[in-house]
Amino acid sequence: MAKRAAPEVNAGSMADIAFLLLIFFLVTTTIEVDSGINRKLPPMEESEEDVIIKQKNIFTVLLNGKDQLLVEDELMELKDLRKAAKEFLDNGGDGSCNYCKGRKDPASSDNPDKAIISLKNERETTYKTYIAVQNELVAAYNELRDARAVAQYGQPFTEMEANYKDVNWPGNKERLKEKIDQIKLDYPQKLSEVQ
Amino acid sequence: MSKFKKKKSGDMPAVNTASLPDIVFMLLFFFMVATVMRQNTLMIDNNLPFADQVEKLDKKDLVMYIYAGKPSQNYKQYGTEARIQLNDKLADVKDIAAFIYAERESKREELIPFLTTALKVDSDANMGLIGDIKQELRKVNALKINYTTKKGSVFGR
Repeated sequence: MAKRAAPEVNAGSMADIAFLLLIFFLVTTTIEVDSGINRKLPPMEESEEDVIIKQKNIFTVLLNGKDQLLVEDELMELKDLRKAAKEFLDNGGDGSCNYCKGRKDPASSDNPDKAIISLKNERETTYKTYIAVQNELVAAYNELRDARAVAQYGQPFTEMEANYKDVNWPGNKERLKEKIDQIKLDYPQKLSEVQ
Repeated sequence: MSKFKKKKSGDMPAVNTASLPDIVFMLLFFFMVATVMRQNTLMIDNNLPFADQVEKLDKKDLVMYIYAGKPSQNYKQYGTEARIQLNDKLADVKDIAAFIYAERESKREELIPFLTTALKVDSDANMGLIGDIKQELRKVNALKINYTTKKGSVFGR
């Protein structure tokens, strides 16, 4: 018997099937990276002792139920908050902070290490406003750290942090970590929330 | 001369589509790999607020999600007050502790300190609810939190 060639399978519809699957995955795909503001909650321990903090070293931010902002007992617009927070943190009232560029106002904070921002909100405050305020306060810290990092190492702080997280970054990570920690020490983020 | 004539009479050759499935498969594999199926069906409105000082949450498996917001159109029977959603169910503030313990149980022990709680809260929710959630998280010592936001200007509403 003569050898017959096996009949060829018609693969013309393979593309259609692949397209079908492709469209399914296209529709279900959500390429999203979650991002947000990282915070650390204070541990639950009952306050062991009351630390006495000078009033001038506290920057009080109050958000009321109508989403109005009261900063250091004065009404303030959200857009002015970042500048006010920066001025407070960078004041350097006692002169121990040689990199501060503030006005050295004796009535404001002593140095960035002592300066504390206290944020208080009411139950009726909307989440949106709260996040906006948080964002502005974090921005104030970030801007100060950026300026300090540029002056010290010629590179903004946010870029240094991005490099540190980037696995493909070619430089010396340990040195970078030291620099980052130094900047963090220069402007520690002391943001307390009152319940 | 007939030899030359024959060549001229040829039609436009059809484009070879044999490699089309390969190309489509390539795309298909890309999307298959990149796809993250939605883990939870949301029963609440979840319109996240905007912020621009954001950090990425990269390790997806080390994140616990807590949703909060007003029950959405189809779940009107749960009222109009902002509620918490854990996994696929609407929950109460006191359920959070159990949820956190269950999540921790499902992770390897050495990873537990790196767990982050992502709060996905609707922008119109009240801070009272968030305060309660945070208090509850403090009780179970889940201190790393992340307020998940969209990237954008705070003022551009």
